[in-house]
Amino acid sequence: MKEKVSERVNWPVTILLILGCVTIFFPLYMAVIIAFKQPSEMTNDVAGALAFPSHWSLSNFAQAMEVTDFWHSLGNSLLITVITVVLALLIHGIAGYAIGRSMGESKGYKLVYYYIVSGMFVPFAILMMPLVKQTAQMGIANRVGVVILYLVFYMPINLLLYTGYLKNIPMALEEAANVDGATTWYMYWQIIFPMMKPMHATVAVLTALAVWNDVMTPLVIMGGTEMNTLPLAQLNFQTQFGTNYNLAFASYLLALLPILIFYLICQKQIIGGVASGAVK
Amino acid sequence: MNGKVVNKRKRTFLCITIPVVILFFMFNTYPLIRGFIYSFTNFRGYGSYDWVGLRNYADLFTDSRVGGSYWFTVKYAFVCTILTNVISLILALGLNSKIKAKGALRGIYFIPNVLGSLVVAYIFSFLFTYIIPAVGKSLGIGFLSSSILASTKTAWLGIVVVGAWQSIAQNTIIYISGLQTVPEEVYEAGSIDGATGWKSFRNLTFPLIIPFVTTNTVLCMKNFLMVFDQIMALTKGGPSQSTESISFLIYNNGMGGGQFGFQSANAFVFFVVIVAFSVAQMKFMNSKEEQL
Repeated sequence: MKEKVSERVNWPVTILLILGCVTIFFPLYMAVIIAFKQPSEMTNDVAGALAFPSHWSLSNFAQAMEVTDFWHSLGNSLLITVITVVLALLIHGIAGYAIGRSMGESKGYKLVYYYIVSGMFVPFAILMMPLVKQTAQMGIANRVGVVILYLVFYMPINLLLYTGYLKNIPMALEEAANVDGATTWYMYWQIIFPMMKPMHATVAVLTALAVWNDVMTPLVIMGGTEMNTLPLAQLNFQTQFGTNYNLAFASYLLALLPILIFYLICQKQIIGGVASGAVK
Repeated sequence: MNGKVVNKRKRTFLCITIPVVILFFMFNTYPLIRGFIYSFTNFRGYGSYDWVGLRNYADLFTDSRVGGSYWFTVKYAFVCTILTNVISLILALGLNSKIKAKGALRGIYFIPNVLGSLVVAYIFSFLFTYIIPAVGKSLGIGFLSSSILASTKTAWLGIVVVGAWQSIAQNTIIYISGLQTVPEEVYEAGSIDGATGWKSFRNLTFPLIIPFVTTNTVLCMKNFLMVFDQIMALTKGGPSQSTESISFLIYNNGMGGGQFGFQSANAFVFFVVIVAFSVAQMKFMNSKEEQL
């Protein structure tokens, strides 16, 4: 009897939550509708913007791809994101291991840990101007520089995550491997790195989302170099869209599409990654 | 482990840590120090410059544009943090209760989190400029019949809506994981004592998820204080500088406006403000936790 009560579906809440989805879908619905319309169909009332187009045509998308140099921007975004994530897993992972395993015994490593983690509070706005100078002087005011900066910016949070996770991996394994004569380096890649798989997923998701959607870093580092990431292209071509909102929305949708597809495929990992990343 | 192995292990760790620390120093600490040094000069971003001592810092307090940006940013961050957390908590309670299609609903409410904030803000910009005024006019609601982004009084509210719309997604997920840490027995024991509904939430659930409230408000506050993308897409700081955030002002005047030195001083004060806010919030929330 008691169990039945607790299993009863709460219909009022279910219905409210379904109705609430309108707040999520309405802006996206509007974007899709406008992206498929022709400027001549945009009358000055609500229906003009929100009614279905008279015929569904992909011409706006084709034009938007041309205007914003879509494939180049997409390529840059993909390249920067993938390389940053791979390097983050490799470098932040092993840094987390070296620092995490040493800071119990060594004050120096503890200091290094707090030094890097406290970097989380440094806002980009304060580093922005000196970094523009610095990357220009070093000749890396380009994609390479942007990747290096991301590796530094996300080091604090990733280090925190990796060292936190390592606390749950017992030392006994490493001690046994050491007795067998394995070097620390070999042991890390053979034993520890594979064991940190759940944390790699979290780090990859958090880093990828942050890098993919970031505007400020590429804007100040690569601004004016004709190199665009997907979000940066939207900003830089804003003037070319003019009042042709249909073209602009087609471009916005193109910019949102890759991440939406990615989300549809890896929804579980993404939600799990964001949840566990923030809670720790 | 014997001594030789331990020494080799230590050497390996050192070989890993040193390059990482150097990298971090070069692209985080070094520019931070350089920014600090520039803040004592009248550097315009190019050409020669002189030392001006503490004048930039003194000028910060009398510069009305800087003052305006602080007022806007703090107001925005406060309102947005509260709005986001209240809605997220309500949503999380709903999504954690016994509902149908739980997985799908959670998936839908999380969508805004993965979308790029710049593009989202562009979409909302159209909504504020064309759709809402059209609806407002046809319903005869006065204050909605023109774009809220066009008025100095209401433009910041538009930015609040966009900021909250995106952040609610992540905060809801964190609150859900918080609610899942509350054991079922707590509610059962509570219901025997007559605690249901609001009473049960106020006295049982909320105290148990305070650590998650801390995480969420600190994260929110920090992110909202650094607001930039939404400003770029929605208002560019206007109308008449009423929505200039601190980050936007530093970017705008420091990079292009010839105020490299002055805005470096601004950035440094901003940094201190962010640290102070985060520390104060954590202290406040920790004291709440101890009371329970």
